[in-house]
Amino acid sequence: MLDLRLYMAQRLSALVMAPLVLGHIAVMIYAIQGGLSTAEILGRTQGSLLWFLFYGTFVVAVSIHAAIGLRVIAHEWLRLRGAALWMLTWGICAALLALGFSAVFAVTLP
Amino acid sequence: MSTDHDMLDVTVQRGSADHVHHDRFQVPARDNQTVLDVVTWIQQMADPSLSYRYACRVGMCGSCAMMVNGVPRWTCRTHVKKVTVNGKLSLAPLRNLPVIKDLAADMDPFFDKWVAAEARHHPTRGRLEEFDPIKPDARDRVEANLGIECINCGICYAACDTVAGNPDYLGPAALQRAWTLLNDSRDGDRPGILSAVSGKGGCHNCHSMGSCAQYCPNGLNPMRAIAGLKRETVKAALRGKRDA
Repeated sequence: MLDLRLYMAQRLSALVMAPLVLGHIAVMIYAIQGGLSTAEILGRTQGSLLWFLFYGTFVVAVSIHAAIGLRVIAHEWLRLRGAALWMLTWGICAALLALGFSAVFAVTLP
Repeated sequence: MSTDHDMLDVTVQRGSADHVHHDRFQVPARDNQTVLDVVTWIQQMADPSLSYRYACRVGMCGSCAMMVNGVPRWTCRTHVKKVTVNGKLSLAPLRNLPVIKDLAADMDPFFDKWVAAEARHHPTRGRLEEFDPIKPDARDRVEANLGIECINCGICYAACDTVAGNPDYLGPAALQRAWTLLNDSRDGDRPGILSAVSGKGGCHNCHSMGSCAQYCPNGLNPMRAIAGLKRETVKAALRGKRDA
């Protein structure tokens, strides 16, 4: 169940995610090419505002995008509606934000 | 080759929503025979209590639309030979709609959604005033032309999996009509239409699966119209934010 607001939020979050996904894949490929160790990776990410913003933005966009997408599936396949549907949407968004930011903090906080 | 001696094995959904069952009929197969002919044969020769709906018999009115072997079709324009599987035919009322009785679906929700989508003309001038001339090759007119041959038969509505999953969804036909009106300079309520198709059952629910375009007997493409509505509603929203 999508209205204009949710539709725009999902499209705009996709727009933000697209370059970040490419950046994320590029980073992963780069990190394993030369055999970077965990310590070397953390050495570059911890205390880095740039990496915090990169993955922080990514987590926010993913949380919005996935919550709206799963909301549609829950409505059309599980017939959830009303308050239950909103609770599920916000629950998924909050869970993804919590999981994502715990990871972002773990690798970027000095 | 005559197939007069062959028989069709026809299964027909009977009853209304609270009590659905299926009856089987053996119907003589003919060389040239539409599915509507088969239904009429059953009612006239086998079971006069069978309810179904038709009017023009030539693909103009759309009232004989029903599910034929699971696919929505105009029965008057569907040759039996092209759709039978091993001589079997399965008939049911249009999908996604309540059943009145047997093969007659209740079209009320379908037409209620046309009204909900503001898919009706909003006049700008009285009958004594000159009307606004529209050039046949104007961009809006060309776009509207792609959708105006819709005859409200409900085939796209029955084919749409989004309607099946989301009963609030306005559906392809109503949204396509809203789109043709949005492209009509003589329509006076553009903001009203955009607002009507932006609600919780609006155009943004379309997953672009394309069953509407796939099954439309008139070869229309409501999915294209809905994509147009998505584009225009987003543009209007962005403009609104900028102007605010």
